[in-house]
Amino acid sequence: MIIAVPAENQSLDSPICQSFGRAPFFCIYDTGSESSRFLDNTAKEASGGAGIEAAQLLVDQNIDALITYRLGENAARVFRAANTKLLKAVNLSIADNVANFLEEKLASLEDIHSGYHHG
Amino acid sequence: MAENLTIAVLSGKGGTGKTMVSVNLAAVATGATYIDCDVEEPNGHLFLKPKVFEEETITIGKPEVDQRRCDGCKICSDACAFKALAVVNKKLLIFPEICHSCGLCYHLCPQGALIEVEQSLGVLSKGYRDDLLVLSAELKIGEPSGVPLIKALINNIKGGITIIDGPPGSGCLVHETIARADFCLLVAEPTRFGEQNLALVHQLVSLMGKPAAVLLNKTTGGANASEEYAKANGLSIIATLPWDGQLARTTSSGDLAIDGSEHYRQYFSHLLAQIVEEARRA
Repeated sequence: MIIAVPAENQSLDSPICQSFGRAPFFCIYDTGSESSRFLDNTAKEASGGAGIEAAQLLVDQNIDALITYRLGENAARVFRAANTKLLKAVNLSIADNVANFLEEKLASLEDIHSGYHHG
Repeated sequence: MAENLTIAVLSGKGGTGKTMVSVNLAAVATGATYIDCDVEEPNGHLFLKPKVFEEETITIGKPEVDQRRCDGCKICSDACAFKALAVVNKKLLIFPEICHSCGLCYHLCPQGALIEVEQSLGVLSKGYRDDLLVLSAELKIGEPSGVPLIKALINNIKGGITIIDGPPGSGCLVHETIARADFCLLVAEPTRFGEQNLALVHQLVSLMGKPAAVLLNKTTGGANASEEYAKANGLSIIATLPWDGQLARTTSSGDLAIDGSEHYRQYFSHLLAQIVEEARRA
């Protein structure tokens, strides 16, 4: 199973980024091989639609699950179309969140926000 | 005043007195046009009470996809500058509220799977108050951008004196509003908050090369942060309008200050003459 996590730094010890669309990096963790890699979030500087672009980036990595603190409704629509599992991050490192996920301790993400759009 | 002059009345923030100044200026001008570009909450018509003779629905094109033709190639979603398109499992998702109606996706689609569908964005109304042409448009609730409505409004500038009542702030809507303005009148409050927002809108009009001056509204004789800003940044102070409880009452009753007060009739006539003079010099 492939899990994506918005990351502050390119390390499994990194905290999870509070923002989804504007996260600097995404950690892509493969539970089969227990390996991780980090992607630059090319959407982080977008003037608008960052959530959609970041979601497209991750869906294209064929991820099965996303662990995040928050998610906007547009990005959520992309992940729902892709049947991606959406899970609520806890205030721990990426590695600890992945461990919690594998022990099925993470709640599903319910509070989808309406975005931070501007004119 | 036979000359052509388009004056945009702006404020960095809401509530500085922009509409009050706009409607009174428009009402003292002869044969002028008043355009309410505050399309998210147009209220100039409440004061001017025009007899409406025409209403027009303004539409905007948004993409829809024919899923039988779309093969999920991603050419459109990769090209979309606004990220209004995404492709998941070879199926196109469209986010119309992000779309800026640039039309690139229809143009690029190799399958001809995208079609442009016109959607109502709001209603533009035209009316007269005596010889003053009054135009306003109201954005449909839920629509994210009134820019196309403002474009439709300012296409009606017909010459003579035009007073544009701008949207608050200094974002896209204001940018579009002043595209054809010859002069910008910035209405500012004395507060620090007022000053911060005056600075933002002053930067915008400077960037766009528009001559501008500030009207210091609600002055009390005490500290005036907006006045300090104007003096420090070479922004001409065209007039001050001292705080007046009676003016506030008149305005909150939906009346024009010039109708019940010879003082304000002269004040706004004089202000208009000063603006014409300053714009001519610019």
